[in-house]
Amino acid sequence: MSISHALLGLLESGPSHGYDLKRAFDARFGHDRQLAYGQVYATMSRLLKNGFVEVDGIEAGEGPERKRYAITEAGVTDVAQWLGRAEKPEPYLQSTLYTKVVLALLTGRDAAALLDTQRAEHLRLMRELTRRKSGGDLADQLICDHALFHLEADLRWLEMTTARLDRLRQEVTA
Amino acid sequence: MTAQNASGALLTATALHKTYGATAALAGADFAIRPGEIVAVMGPSGSGKSTLLHCLAGIVTPDSGTVFYRGHELSGMSDAERSALRRGEFGFVFQFGQLVPELTCTENVALPLRLAGVERKAAEARARTWLERLEVDDVRHHRPGQVSGGQGQRVAVARALVGSPRVVFADEPTGALDSLNGERVMELLSEAARETKAAVVLVTHESRVAAYSDREVVVRDGKAQDLAGLAGAA
Repeated sequence: MSISHALLGLLESGPSHGYDLKRAFDARFGHDRQLAYGQVYATMSRLLKNGFVEVDGIEAGEGPERKRYAITEAGVTDVAQWLGRAEKPEPYLQSTLYTKVVLALLTGRDAAALLDTQRAEHLRLMRELTRRKSGGDLADQLICDHALFHLEADLRWLEMTTARLDRLRQEVTA
Repeated sequence: MTAQNASGALLTATALHKTYGATAALAGADFAIRPGEIVAVMGPSGSGKSTLLHCLAGIVTPDSGTVFYRGHELSGMSDAERSALRRGEFGFVFQFGQLVPELTCTENVALPLRLAGVERKAAEARARTWLERLEVDDVRHHRPGQVSGGQGQRVAVARALVGSPRVVFADEPTGALDSLNGERVMELLSEAARETKAAVVLVTHESRVAAYSDREVVVRDGKAQDLAGLAGAA
């Protein structure tokens, strides 16, 4: 995900300090991984350099001075362009799993067991997300659903590959 | 240790074989479930999942192998004993077509209690509690033909749970529903089963449905692979 675009988008609702931006980001999008302060400040100084934000005020305090950032016209345009642009679908053609299956077949190892181990791990994560979803709000549900649908697609691939393992073995060892 | 009490299991199957004509539906399937546990039985179409469920529930008699429920072997029981077991200890949810079309939703849910000899008023009062719990109290006077697929499935779940079964057998319970409805049915079924400490044998080919289980058993070519190793612990 583009963190700079997400921070810029959050800034569109009004000027904010780096610390408050980090908190807003973590609350809305940081379910799996929270932003590091350093990352926020590095991103803000890059946005400042590129003219997408400007310093709206500086508060002197006991610690380091706190800059308040505001989005510029160029920043608003950049957010709009980012939102309007389709993300490149990732076809996962270089899947690690596919590589592992082929290598297992080439080296005479148990590819079916490898796929079963992976299936169990995928399901374990799906259970965890399902539990998190039942205890969560709508935001949690949508975030977990996105992950669940992707895991489900992987599992379907695992199932199809298991069913075609004999044919694949013939092809890769021919 | 013998198979029938492996790791405190409630229901245990060992080396089940079942052939329909020339087709081997089960070819040495092992399975075990503990009290209160939700186990997903997964596998591709035609792998033998439903046959395994039918053998576990005493609906189908395997050609060979054993099924023990709380220390009693199902094949050693008379038909009447097996029927009594299914009525008193088991609950069932299928993909569709399980509600009696002539009865209202309340009467459908109350049916297992009525068959067990509970007086009508008491049975319907308990049915009503379950309809409320499954969020379908508003259709209690409707007949199955007048409710949506999702509502019908919730009524079916209520009927499966109304008799406080020790084991619920669910065969593709969300198979005929869209994602949102299917999900809600699974949430309600798993919550209710956990609260009443009923074990659930959940046959499904959908991983998102299986994600409501505690663990999964994979059936492939009539063989059940218990990845947690419970059945093999005997």
